[in-house]
Amino acid sequence: MLYILRQIARTGIRSEPAPAPAEEMIVVARLQEKVLRTLGRALTIRQVDAGSCNGCELEIHALGNPYYNIEGLGIRFVASPRHADMLLVTGPVTKHMAIALRQTYAATPDPKLVVAVGDCGCTGGIFGESYACLGRVANVIPVDVEIPGCPPTPVALLQGILAALARSAPKAAAGPGDPVASPSPPPDGR
Amino acid sequence: MNVSPLGLAAAALPAGVHAQRVPVSSGQLLTACRLAWEQDGRLVALWASDERDRNRGFCVRAVLEDRDGLTLLEHQLPHADSHYPDLALIFPAANRMQRAAFDLVGIASDADDQRPWAWMASWPIDQFPLRRDFAALSKWEPGLEDYAFVRVEGDGVHEIPVGPVHAGIIEPGHFRFQVVGEKVLRLEERLGYVHKGIEKRFEAMRLDEGHRLAGRISGDSTVAYGFAYAQAVEAIAGTTAPPRAAWLRALALERERIANHLGDLGYLGNDGGFAFGLSQFSRLKEDVLRLNRAAFGHRLLMDYVVPGGVASDLGPDHVTALRDQCAQLERELDILRDIYDEHAGLQDRFRSCGIVSPELAAKLGLTGMAGRASGRARDLRCDLPFAPYDTLGVRIATAVDGDVAARVAVRFDEVKESLRLVRTIVDALPDATDREVRAALPEAAPFRLGLGYVEGWRGPVLVALESGPDGAIRRCHPHDPSSINWPVLEHAVIGNIVPDFPLINKSFNLSYSGQDL
Repeated sequence: MLYILRQIARTGIRSEPAPAPAEEMIVVARLQEKVLRTLGRALTIRQVDAGSCNGCELEIHALGNPYYNIEGLGIRFVASPRHADMLLVTGPVTKHMAIALRQTYAATPDPKLVVAVGDCGCTGGIFGESYACLGRVANVIPVDVEIPGCPPTPVALLQGILAALARSAPKAAAGPGDPVASPSPPPDGR
Repeated sequence: MNVSPLGLAAAALPAGVHAQRVPVSSGQLLTACRLAWEQDGRLVALWASDERDRNRGFCVRAVLEDRDGLTLLEHQLPHADSHYPDLALIFPAANRMQRAAFDLVGIASDADDQRPWAWMASWPIDQFPLRRDFAALSKWEPGLEDYAFVRVEGDGVHEIPVGPVHAGIIEPGHFRFQVVGEKVLRLEERLGYVHKGIEKRFEAMRLDEGHRLAGRISGDSTVAYGFAYAQAVEAIAGTTAPPRAAWLRALALERERIANHLGDLGYLGNDGGFAFGLSQFSRLKEDVLRLNRAAFGHRLLMDYVVPGGVASDLGPDHVTALRDQCAQLERELDILRDIYDEHAGLQDRFRSCGIVSPELAAKLGLTGMAGRASGRARDLRCDLPFAPYDTLGVRIATAVDGDVAARVAVRFDEVKESLRLVRTIVDALPDATDREVRAALPEAAPFRLGLGYVEGWRGPVLVALESGPDGAIRRCHPHDPSSINWPVLEHAVIGNIVPDFPLINKSFNLSYSGQDL
């Protein structure tokens, strides 16, 4: 236990602070502020690999490391589409995954956001459309934001997730039945 | 392998390692495989090709590996109805490869198990994508298949289906557990969900651009695939990369190994309920990726290895940074290894979990890092050292327990050894007077076959490449070590409890995309 505590103390806090010296960090710091301002509450994401080479997944994983500390921003990856506000989908969508992707989209409660990740998710990438691939994510389910890159960097991923939130904001404000815009009072004063 | 006792003639085969090609009849195919098995050889890959356009019918090819190098067995089949012998009787890993070969080329083995493997109701079952008269752009609507899983029956036995969409951020695949209580009686994998038609896609590309696709077969092994592809192209074209480029390729390959092992060590801690491990190791991995971007231009090193060499040279600042990072990682790794080793809760999860005994590993041909954790002392970097490993003297890491703890221990040892190699390489680099890192690729003659074979972080990656006319790719079969190890995972979980599956699965960390192609 002592060794663990010593290592934690020695490591210190590595999450990148707002006045960051490196360019990459500046982007993260600005994003952190914006995410918190826009959200004010947790965003939950269900990631779906619909055919990726696993490169995009590696960078999505990196969002959880102490530098990007995505959970510290209130953004969390969840295990079920039923718990998710957003689907983060990598492609190209293979024919073998098309049905599973459509079912995952249907299982995600409204209002929902879809972010297509990577060159393959945005355009079909090097794999394109073929006997085995349906190409870009938008060919299969509606997409709100596309994050290009092969794979996109963690900073680009954060920027894209934020762009999706900004796009959804007016939609949420306009919808009277939207649970975020007008939370119904708890019944019986509970 | 010496095939002369079988009365067979071997010809030299252009490859990154020592290799030979041997034409065989149906009976000779079996006897050659049996001989290889008796001499502790193993099956690396099996695939089929449509060669009717050259009046050769179809061809089934199997690559065997032993201490002498690679042996490519080539068996011609006159027409689509002819069968070839079931190699799974000797090498169990052949089962899925034979089924995939049928789905894609329409050539069947004699095996009893004729269930589809690559096919999943997304194209008509009587159409074969890798035949030359198949149109790659053909459009059919995806359908649902009814796959014949093997069921266990009895009192209290039930079934747990998992996937293809998994709970974590991982690739898709389906796992069907037969359990009683919490105990796993049987696991059956159904993979193929990320079948992207990679082999067909290669056929629309040129030899000098195929490395980009090779680098996207499995994103975590982009250097290994790029390297193996480059070896194959260079073998066909009869050239080699400049010496400095060979060193830089090894540098990139070792950094890929370090990054992946660090990531896995973190996730293995996390899956054992030790989040501290994930935050520490994911931080170290990010340090590696950031320096990759600065020094090589890409965090995951995609497109760094190119036919003829590498995309860019290293600057002097980066040499210093790489050296400093080795020192930092070595220091932290020692601390973290002590913490892992002495953490009773973590060791309780790791030890005796997901065991593959050395006997089972030998029987099923378990390969790569997982094989070394089950006493299979094989590492291409030592056994068949491709340039520049012939001068690096890699020290192999092995363990014999074959459990999760052993696969963790081998990863720790391999990261340490890779850090030593990185240091050796960067120390040797500045002395190089010849700074050329990319040679022009001569035009390759058509219908030449070449192999690339590289020890990636997961295990040996094979690329079999055939040239067509005018610098085109005629056929390319990439092979991931995961294809061999996936069936072994089914054995590793037997008798374990369901909640240990994620930990066992992670300890292998096999590629879905690399096996599905």
